[in-house]
Amino acid sequence: MRKIWLIAATLVLVAPGRIAFAEASDPTAVKSEDGKYLDKEGNPTFKVAADGTVDWYTYSGYRRYHSECHVCHGPDGMGSTYAPALQQSLKTMSYGDFLGVVASGRKNVNTAQESVMPAFGDNPNVACYMDDLYVYLRARAYDAVGRVRPAKREDKPEAYTEAEKACMGAK
Amino acid sequence: MRKVLSATCLGAMAAFAAGGAYANDELIKMSQNPKDWVQPAGDYANTRYSKLDQINASNVGKLQVAWTFSTGVLRGHEGGPLIVGNMMYVHTPFPNKVYALDLSQDNKIVWKYEPKQDPNVIPVMCCDTVNRGVAYGDGKIFLHQADTTLVALDAKTGQVAWSTKNGDPGKGATGTSAPLVVKDKVLIGISGGEFGVQCHVTAYDLKSGKQVWRAFSEGPDDQIMFDPEKTTDLGKPVGKDSSIKTWQGDQWKIGGGCTWGWMSYDPSLNLVYYGSGNPSTWNPKQRPGDNKWSMTVFARNADTGVARWVYQMTPHDEWDYDGVNEMILSDQNVNGQDRKLLTHFDRNGLAYTMDRATGELLVAEKYDPKVNWTSGVDMNKSSPTYGRPKVLDQFSTEKGGEDKNTKGICPAALGTKDQQPAAYSPDTQLFYVPTNHVCMDYEPFKVSYTAGQPYVGATLSMYPPQGESHMGNFIAWDNKTGKIAWSNKEQFSVWSGALATAGGVVFYGTLEGFLKAVDAKTGKELYKFKTPSGIIGNVTTYEQGGRQYVAVLSGVGGWAGIGLAAGLTDPTAGLGAVGGYAALSNYTALGGTLTVFALPQ
Repeated sequence: MRKIWLIAATLVLVAPGRIAFAEASDPTAVKSEDGKYLDKEGNPTFKVAADGTVDWYTYSGYRRYHSECHVCHGPDGMGSTYAPALQQSLKTMSYGDFLGVVASGRKNVNTAQESVMPAFGDNPNVACYMDDLYVYLRARAYDAVGRVRPAKREDKPEAYTEAEKACMGAK
Repeated sequence: MRKVLSATCLGAMAAFAAGGAYANDELIKMSQNPKDWVQPAGDYANTRYSKLDQINASNVGKLQVAWTFSTGVLRGHEGGPLIVGNMMYVHTPFPNKVYALDLSQDNKIVWKYEPKQDPNVIPVMCCDTVNRGVAYGDGKIFLHQADTTLVALDAKTGQVAWSTKNGDPGKGATGTSAPLVVKDKVLIGISGGEFGVQCHVTAYDLKSGKQVWRAFSEGPDDQIMFDPEKTTDLGKPVGKDSSIKTWQGDQWKIGGGCTWGWMSYDPSLNLVYYGSGNPSTWNPKQRPGDNKWSMTVFARNADTGVARWVYQMTPHDEWDYDGVNEMILSDQNVNGQDRKLLTHFDRNGLAYTMDRATGELLVAEKYDPKVNWTSGVDMNKSSPTYGRPKVLDQFSTEKGGEDKNTKGICPAALGTKDQQPAAYSPDTQLFYVPTNHVCMDYEPFKVSYTAGQPYVGATLSMYPPQGESHMGNFIAWDNKTGKIAWSNKEQFSVWSGALATAGGVVFYGTLEGFLKAVDAKTGKELYKFKTPSGIIGNVTTYEQGGRQYVAVLSGVGGWAGIGLAAGLTDPTAGLGAVGGYAALSNYTALGGTLTVFALPQ
């Protein structure tokens, strides 16, 4: 599973100017595969039921975000004194660009700021949960989930558990 | 550049020949001169107390800004400047500039040092690119850079005398703490507890930069520099393999126990004191055992590095309650007996009073009544759990286990106090403690270790204690009785180091950016001024040209800049939550400035 992120990272490295932040697509879920919801373009997306129950990926993304990302990007994607807020980012950033930045990192060092995001492509705690993070932040961008831990969630899909084991086990 | 500078270039300090004398003979004398501030904490005892009294409780209300200095760096500014004679040394966060200002010449910049560092170190720093300051000794200024380079600068010219590498940032080791000069050595700790670094304190030769000893926080006895027979824990020898038998397999190799707090030193006992941080990872299920000697108070022989005594405050941490906070040394009379005391305000919410010669535990009490993870420390000397905190099941993330969100734990991982150093006044015999008043939910889960990558393994959210809206207190503490003398509420955590003075005034900064002066006896607010940015630096005082000055770095950031910049969340708060939850970004913005105050002439 991690190989995929490394390939995505390579694409971005070859053409760093390509992080274009084009208008992202409609996040509405049109189908689901093994508990993962997909939009009409086939990209992972969130699904929040009327009673507030969130899909597993949104919930898992919340947890992983608050372990790996929040130390720079702040609680709930709200930003910190030294890293940008991500709460709105996935309105304008495509799935591919998201994977590329997380996997290969980003540097913005100049006289006004010293922002450096590390490459997480080699870190299974992040790389194995790229879709979870993407789905959670996408849900934040469209106000589908608020600032706190989602109260209700769907169960962990079986296929997810297996993929997780394989990914985290692969050293 | 290795030539020993005579002290004459440092103004009033001319009397001490550098010759064969230890640097600390010079330093002890210099730190007794209240006009200077030659050590990060003011003195070896870490009291942050000044004998200056021109500014006192009756006139501090008239304080004015005398001058300001922009550091040109935006991120979180911890620590404070040193004042040696007519020179002031101001440090900054990454890129770790150092400015030498001549206070006798309108604060002109005499020299500036700016290292070239690989910016890839920036994201390896867990909690902003902070630096807690420089140390002085033997005519040199010592700086521990973010990339763990320890560099000695000629105090007069800023030229590099020597430099050495203290760790590998590629594996997550970084430099944030201030060095301590003791005798012919400079001691330095290291950061990286969130990256699985096996942390240590290292002594380097003052003149050459050569490593003299290195003592790890966990590992085999030779690596941790323990004598199984002579190193004691609560009065008893620690025995063989006291560390590695409390870890599963070789987990100690990525065990954390980092050492980024302020160190202190007792010249009469020749012991150096410091604390170690959290064991890695934050998921307690993944590291069975007591994880010694993380979360520990260390007393080490300054010459040899061998540990005299240790005390682990939070065995098998389940909450990230690092034990790195400073040890404050005081000589006080307890029940008619003169005692050499060590007082420590731990992240875990307990304040410890110990005998610093023997490591005997005298007092362990909560210094925030909201602390709830423990019912207290077992003080019964004959009990098998003597010295251990009793953990309540409800707040045990170990008991809850992986993937279980344990709610309402107080304090939060920030601790009741973090790095922000407290002050001690021998006049009032009270400790002045900047505190956090924040609780948390904590959910551990399984993580995998990759060198140089974060190794955290827990999700947490933080919020003020239930029913309260303020997230900090500034308290006065009696270390003999273990009781709060007075407590002032603060809207945000107090992340600034305190200063106590003979003028009966205590100073501290707030995250909104106020420098505050309060009455040492009552806590009554006497003065406040809003500096350009939030304060996470430490307040310093000095005298120049017959005038007392109070100086503080502002520049919001640090861990406080993560959790608080966006405002804390309160899952239990309904609509119309009170102003306490409002974002710090509504009060202040980035920017590094030194603001210096004095009375009007």
